[in-house]
Amino acid sequence: MSELLTVSNLTKRFGGLTAVNDVSFSLAPGEIVGLLGPNGSGKTTVLNMVSGYLAPSGGTIALRRQVVSGLAPNRIALKGVARTFQLVRGLPSLTVAENVIAALAFGKRPLWGSAAATEALACLAQVGLAHKAQQSAKDLTYIDQKRMELARALAAEPELLLLDEWLAGLNPTELLTGIDLIRSLRSRGITILLVEHVMDAIRALCDRCIVMNAGRKIADAPTAEALCDPEVVRAYLGDGHA
Amino acid sequence: MNRDIVFATAGFVAVVAALASVPVFAGPYGVTLMIGLLGYVTLASAWSLFSGPTRYVSLATVAFFGLGAYTVAVFGESLSYPLLLVVAGLIGLGLAVVVGLATLRLAGVYFVIFTFGLAELVRQLVTWYEVNMTGTLGRYIFLPVTPEGIYWQLLALAALTFVIAWAIGRSRIGLALKVIGDDEVVASHCGIDIARVKLALFAVSSVIITLVGAIQAPRWTYVEPSIAFNPTISFLTLIMALLGGANRLYGPMLGAVPLFLLFEWLSANFPNHYSIILGLLFIAIVFVLPRGVLAFVEEHWTRLRGNDTRAGKGAAE
Repeated sequence: MSELLTVSNLTKRFGGLTAVNDVSFSLAPGEIVGLLGPNGSGKTTVLNMVSGYLAPSGGTIALRRQVVSGLAPNRIALKGVARTFQLVRGLPSLTVAENVIAALAFGKRPLWGSAAATEALACLAQVGLAHKAQQSAKDLTYIDQKRMELARALAAEPELLLLDEWLAGLNPTELLTGIDLIRSLRSRGITILLVEHVMDAIRALCDRCIVMNAGRKIADAPTAEALCDPEVVRAYLGDGHA
Repeated sequence: MNRDIVFATAGFVAVVAALASVPVFAGPYGVTLMIGLLGYVTLASAWSLFSGPTRYVSLATVAFFGLGAYTVAVFGESLSYPLLLVVAGLIGLGLAVVVGLATLRLAGVYFVIFTFGLAELVRQLVTWYEVNMTGTLGRYIFLPVTPEGIYWQLLALAALTFVIAWAIGRSRIGLALKVIGDDEVVASHCGIDIARVKLALFAVSSVIITLVGAIQAPRWTYVEPSIAFNPTISFLTLIMALLGGANRLYGPMLGAVPLFLLFEWLSANFPNHYSIILGLLFIAIVFVLPRGVLAFVEEHWTRLRGNDTRAGKGAAE
């Protein structure tokens, strides 16, 4: 099987703290995989290393067998990785459309001018934000900022999309819309690794879950199985419930 | 939209042509004043090219400016005039690339302090060289360039800077700069090579600043490091750009013109208190108009109009 993403013995140390400890996993093309774990277990740090934001202290990350660990984020982005951030990062001095054009203009297939404007509108339409394209990004509500961030990630036409708690903070209706949206991405062949705490979303979306605790991988199995794993239950709820 | 561009171009050409005819009717004082004014308009505009969108506050303006002036002073006798400008530009480019590669990883206040230190370093190096190698601190510049000639050259450079700023604002590199200014993490995740964009802009901005120094040098006749590398030039450029608004095309110009005239008036009428007034003005501008006059006006304009629309919107919801 040709793997899209292969993470081998990934380790990240911040001084004396080992945030990610010898983690290995792989993603097949088209999979939606959840990356779970209690707070502080190293999930976001793993995403940060995959996107190039942080350099690993040890281990390797490969995209289609090509080692990318240690490359700058802009080089990794051009290889087909896009992401959203746990704390939404809009570009406040730009309009909503320009936020998306930022990803279009410097991507694998750079677009500019009217072609970029049209494509940006199409990306915004996917997340239901086309009507606010000309607004200033700083005037958006939290939910709309999240939508805009996803549109920006999609504009890069990623093969691998990293979502860091993208569904957190949505109300039940928005959550259903969000789940449908992510599911629709799979039909376009995008592989998704999502860090998430919303269990409904994980059950609805993820074929498989990787669970981390204190920097280590403690489970990697189909979702239902992983969530029942005694060690996973212990990590979340303590010994008495295992 | 195309019609707008035609009108803007026509207006721009008309303004440049009108300015080019100034020496015909203005006296020697008028030309001298205009040379100083255009010099600062160009400096502030060039400074804003890089520092406006990236928000990297550079105090190295005078390092490049002085380098341009010194290039003219050193090679004035041995090179023909156009070649002199080319050499000055190349030296500015060389320093910009070296400094850029070394420092653009720094952010915030570290960059400010480094650039200030750089200007001092260049000044001290030149002083050391002049004292120990040539044995004389000052140099004379005798070049057959008339004040009108200097004025027209500066006007051409100012116009060119303006066109470059306009073109960058409409280009991909302009968008890259805005994204970098907002959030470098997002910029790099969008595929932008931050270091390369910054270096390119820093180089363009620095070469223009070097040329301003080179073109103005013959006016001085005599230069020494403390004149050519006077840090006040860096501070004035900075405060002019900030007053107008470094993120707007017209911002630096709108800041440079009134402030230059004000400083002229102050230095003529209050020569002893000039520095004190200057300092107070700096503080006032940073406190009252941190993002420039243009941004201030725009904000209040939209707030005035926004109140109406917001009321309407609230009723609709």
